[in-house]
Amino acid sequence: MTRGQKIEERFFKVLMFLSTFFILAILAIIIYSIFEKGIRSISWEMLTEIPSGGYYYGKGGGILNAILGSLALASGATVIAFFVGLPVALYINVFLIRHKKIVGMVRFLLDLVWGIPSIVYGAFGFTLMIFLGLQTSLLAGTITVALFILPIMIRSIDEIVRTAPIGLQEASYSLGSNKSETAFRILTRQSVSGIITAILLSFGRAIGDAASVLFTAGYTDHLPNGLLEPVATLPLSIFFQLASPVPEVQNRAYASALVLTLIILLVSLFSRGLGKRYHKTKINF
Amino acid sequence: MDDPIIVGIRNLNVTAGKNPILKDINISIPRNKITVIMGPSGCGKTTLLKCMNRLTDLYPELKVTGEVMIDNKNVLEAHEDIYKIRQQMGLLSQRPYPLPMTIYNNIAYAIRLRGVHNRREIHRLVVHYLQQANLWDEIRTRLKEPASRLSIGQQQRLCLARGLAVNPEIILADEPTSALDPISSQAIEQTFLKLKNNYTIILVTHILRQARRIADHVVFMYMGDVIEQGSVREVFENPKMEKTKLYLGGTFN
Ligand SMILES: Nc1ncnc2c1ncn2[C@@H]1O[C@H](COP(=O)(O)OP(=O)(O)OP(=O)(O)O)[C@@H](O)[C@H]1O
Ligand SMILES: [Mg+2]
Repeated sequence: MTRGQKIEERFFKVLMFLSTFFILAILAIIIYSIFEKGIRSISWEMLTEIPSGGYYYGKGGGILNAILGSLALASGATVIAFFVGLPVALYINVFLIRHKKIVGMVRFLLDLVWGIPSIVYGAFGFTLMIFLGLQTSLLAGTITVALFILPIMIRSIDEIVRTAPIGLQEASYSLGSNKSETAFRILTRQSVSGIITAILLSFGRAIGDAASVLFTAGYTDHLPNGLLEPVATLPLSIFFQLASPVPEVQNRAYASALVLTLIILLVSLFSRGLGKRYHKTKINF
Repeated sequence: MDDPIIVGIRNLNVTAGKNPILKDINISIPRNKITVIMGPSGCGKTTLLKCMNRLTDLYPELKVTGEVMIDNKNVLEAHEDIYKIRQQMGLLSQRPYPLPMTIYNNIAYAIRLRGVHNRREIHRLVVHYLQQANLWDEIRTRLKEPASRLSIGQQQRLCLARGLAVNPEIILADEPTSALDPISSQAIEQTFLKLKNNYTIILVTHILRQARRIADHVVFMYMGDVIEQGSVREVFENPKMEKTKLYLGGTFN
């Protein structure tokens, strides 16, 4: 190695170290501040009760309505998006394999749709609701959020399935599999760990978004009795608590943010574990 | 009486855009014999094999015309029946591609596809094909492990077992010993010699000595053309074409 190459290598090493350090530091600061402000207000009552009458002015109660609401809404939306998204991603990679131009177009459109801000989905969901005669409700919110995460789901599964080598498809066909068998029994298996990551990514977007549920799921201090009733969500709950003039309630907003963060953390850990189990059978090429 | 010619290829042309890859190929492949396809790298051997079970479908850039007749059916014109036709041929690709599942299920998957669903029968057949591919003794205690853990040579033999498991008439083998040590290569060669009583074997190889050892029939290709074909005697001992003589003499490889 020449002197120049050595200096260059040193330079990039330092640069990589600094940027890694920078990102980790920012992450640590965010998590620390949420913890620091939220941990004091978090209580058993907060996790297990719905808001009392004067909750937003500092009286008792909790955010159970928002925790359960968000979990129900985000899970429902993720399930819908998965059962629509997986077949679409497989269709693109298996059935459209001879139509590269169409596939390119589809991917491009999905990427465009991915970039549309969630408030636009909220507005679209709202017009859809009026059209269908739906009130703000768990159902309307779930459908809107499902639409919002669908492009994310499809494209992230698609990117995983795409990395499976063409030779694997050849092997599958050479045994006499048809296209659906190749898609659902071979490529899906090869991609399981990546598909789990895609589901997690979509779930994270679903549970963390406020704008898409604002007009569609609405907000309530109660637990809904059915799909057609409004439902509270954590992001909106955080918003309303932060908007309170009472500092005590503002701290509860951080506690709620902490709850949201912990939910995402738990789901990540769980899905990682699940992904590892399937990673073993994945063939590495 | 069975037709002594099992695969008849007529006027087969393959192009990628403007580039011809196979030019007007005519080959007759005899039943229950070992036919070796040889020729320098890039001459179109793999592409020729892929035309036979129509894996060329996966490559939209390839345009395939002509006839590949197997049992009086033109493979190139098959529609929905192509999935069944492919089961007449077991493929051993140039690189092994095990399925993303356990060793056992790699074989069981192929067996189920041909319609066997009785668990004991499946088990019996899995053992049988692994034995045929000389893999059973090494992995009999590891059947539940993912196939991804096997060494490349073991994966190659697993793929051979899997190819046999569809119960084909024809085995398409694309340089099946390229990742194997001499001992395992020998074993595979022996296996092929054993299998030839019941199967037609079409083998692509670079190794002239291997071709000479096991071939009955030889096809020599060069740059997308079939230069010469005939019995192993004719081609190796009395090559008619100048290019064949040069190739056998080791001028290009
Ligand atoms: N999908 C494709 N698109 C364009 N060109 C292709 C395609 N597949 C193969 N070719 C070209 O066709 C020619 C023959 O390829 P093929 O893989 O059949 O060669 P081969 O005889 O098997 O070589 P090797 O011994 O190295 O495996 C090569 O020049 C290759 O680049
Ligand atoms: Mg080849």
